[in-house]
Formats: sequence, C-alpha cells, structure tokens
Amino acid sequence: MTPDSRPQLWRLARIDFDRVRRRPVLLYPEGAMFINDTGKAILELCNGERTAGEIARKLGERYQSEVLSDVIEYLDGMEQRNLVVDRAAVAP
Amino acid sequence: MTGPRILNQPTTLLAEITYRCPLHCPYCSNPLEMTRAEAELSTSDWKRVFTEARNLGVLQLGLSGGEPLVRKDLEELVAHARSEGMYSTLVTSGLGLTRNRAQSLKEAGIDHVQISFQDSDTQSAEHIAGIRSVKQKRAAAELVRELDLAFSVNVVLHRQNLDHLNDIIEMAAAMGADRLELANTQYYGWALKNRAALLPTREQVEASKAVAEAALKKYRGKMQILYVLPDYYETYPKACYGGWGNVYILVTPDGRALPCHGATQIPSLSFVNVREQPLDWIWQHSPIFNAFRGDSWMKEPCRTCSRKNLDFSGCRCQAFALTGDATNPDPVCTLTPLRSIIDEALELNGSRPEYVYRYIEKDAVAEQAAP
Repeated sequence: MTPDSRPQLWRLARIDFDRVRRRPVLLYPEGAMFINDTGKAILELCNGERTAGEIARKLGERYQSEVLSDVIEYLDGMEQRNLVVDRAAVAP
Repeated sequence: MTGPRILNQPTTLLAEITYRCPLHCPYCSNPLEMTRAEAELSTSDWKRVFTEARNLGVLQLGLSGGEPLVRKDLEELVAHARSEGMYSTLVTSGLGLTRNRAQSLKEAGIDHVQISFQDSDTQSAEHIAGIRSVKQKRAAAELVRELDLAFSVNVVLHRQNLDHLNDIIEMAAAMGADRLELANTQYYGWALKNRAALLPTREQVEASKAVAEAALKKYRGKMQILYVLPDYYETYPKACYGGWGNVYILVTPDGRALPCHGATQIPSLSFVNVREQPLDWIWQHSPIFNAFRGDSWMKEPCRTCSRKNLDFSGCRCQAFALTGDATNPDPVCTLTPLRSIIDEALELNGSRPEYVYRYIEKDAVAEQAAP
C-alpha cells in the first residue's frame, strides 16, 4: 500500500461487535479477527474510494498526530490476509 | 496435561438443519444412517442452540445439511443468527433457491452463500450428483450475483474431476464468485466406501498443485481461492477442525452435538443431545467433547512429539476408520509406522484400472465388494 492506494474492505467481511468478548471483530467466511478501536476506525474508512493518505489525514485530525506510516503498515497486514484490497491496483 | 484445563471458546457452529437433500453425492459427509424429517430439531430448538452457541463465543454459523433450503423456517433461523451477531453462511446445493427465497434470505441477513458444484463438465457433474442439477445451480449462482450477495463456490475434488481443475476455476470466475473453495475429498463414511474410485493419483495431485498456484496469482484480489492438498499425499496430518473440542461444534439434524462430522462413526463415544443439555454444558463437561482434548489420550509417537500442538495427532475419525482405534496416530503422519496403511492405499491406487469410475453409483458399496 502507498498513500495513493484506495483500500477497500473485502466485500465478504463485516465489522461487528462481539458482545461475549466485548471487543470489535471483523467477520468473514470461516474466520474472525479481533480488532482494536484504531483498526476499526481505519477499516470503517476503507471504502475503495478514499486513498490511504486521506484516511490517514482524517484519523490524524481525530487523534491529533501523524499516523500515515501506521495506517499503511496496518493496511499492508490486512492486504496480506486478503481482507483489504487496493482498488487503485485492481482493475474492476 | 496436568492441572485444570483452560478451555478455548468455540468460534464455529455448523448447524446441519436437515439431512434431506436432492443430491446423492458418493462422498457425502452425512452418516450412512440418516435421520427422518420428523426427528429434526424444531425452529425454537435451533434458535435456542444459536443463542447458546453465541453465548459460548461462537461467531461463525454454517447453515448446512443435507440441503438447508428444504427447511421452510430457514429465513427465521438466519434472522435470529444475525440478531445474535453471528456471521452466517448458507451451505447449499443451489437447488430450491428461487428468487423469492434468495430475496427473503437477503432481507433476513444472510452474510454469505456457498453453492456446491460437482465439476465444470455438466455430464460429469450430474453423474457425481446422481441427479440433473447443473442448470438449477447455475441459475442459483446468477441470482446470488444479481442480489449482490457474498458468493462462494465449493467444489469437492477427487480423481474424476481433478484433471478439470483449471476449467473449474475458470467456471467459478465466470460465475462471479468472490471465493472458491477447492476441498479434497475426506475419506470417511460414504467417501471411504468409494475411496478406490475417488482417490486421485500422485500425477494428478502434482499437476493440480501447479494449476492452483497459477490461479492463486491470476485471481489475487478478485477471487479468493482456497486449495488444500489431499491429506493422503501430505507428510503430516491435518489439524482436524482445529483440534478436537477446540473451536468447532456441529449439531446434527436430530440435535446431537459433535466435535466433528466423523464422530458418529466412533462407537466408543456417547452423544449428548441439545434437547437434553445446554450447549455450554456439552462443550465443557460432556465425555464426547473431552474425549480427545489435551494429550493424555495420545499414543506415541504423538504424546512426546513437538508437532502435537500443531496437528493434535491428526484426525480421530481417520485414525479410527483406518486402524480401528481412535486413539492411534492419524496414519497420514509419516512419523508413525501406521503410515504404511496410507502408502498401501496409494500404491493400490496407482495400479487401479480406469473402470472403477463406473462404481460411483448409488449401489457403489455393493458393486465394489464384488470381485
């Protein structure tokens, strides 16, 4: 991922709240991944149109700090797991 | 293992809501003896089971069968699962998925629809399924795409269709699948009876590996492809269901709670029905769920093996089916002398003439016994 990537949450994945474990969770076929509030905030902005740079800017304003490298690193990890796709790199 | 055991929370419930099915696949994972419709759990039973599973920590719900669409209360069950916060997958043959039903399932909150296909070749597919079904399956797939539901194609692989792997992958892509599960036949129950006709050759397995790897690259980011080698050709056994009683619960149409599909075939195990006990008691205390937890039941070389926390000594049902003792190591493992059982099956397989194909019929069992 780069600042120009347009990350999109895999369309089979859905963010939910696990009331048993009391934490946000990403659900997808035959899997579940527990995420923290920051991860949830990032993923909620991944609509395939916003760039990673724009996502980082939005979150930076919210947290009052520079978060671009953290956002890229997080999205790289999610892309590795095939849970986020870079719309800028994949033809429709 | 010593001291009190800290149990995992289960993550997955497979609800086999009926055994009724229009298909007759010779590798079916359902037991040889099936339950009559009138013995099936009621709507309220299933809803209670889903809630109990959710309270235990279950997040994934598979609605399976048989063909789950034969149950008229499927939509109600889906809506209940959604309200409980579970991710629900409809595991269907596609037969019976009319526009009305697909629409109402979507409204009820189904997350994901998985349709089984038997082959890319229509004639072969219908031969395997034992019924004309391809047209209806394709129509179902089109509906699922049209309604923009998350869509997986599942194909069970074996000797008859493995050479078509490339066509199978292209078929799934052309249908617009988000995900393709390529599952190799597991040899228990029906499939073990038909093993001689289903087990692929080593050449087929090698060729399919290359095809799958190329497709994985080609479709990265477009269609997720899951491909696992048949375990007979592996060096170590699979961590069956993530370990016995570790993450997975299966409930049969008549309400028996099981750690896996094959458990009904191990005669030393006694079953507890969800009509008699709540699921959390079954998970924590039932003899069946505790039968193969930890390592005190394991034999050597497993008990002192460093891999025991990776594969948990493999599949109990496979160990039982092939050796008669469920506590034996899974014969797939090359670290046990029992491996010779698998190697013999593979050798025999290499020398098998083509005509075994014709045994994939309803009366395969009887015919195979003949010389």
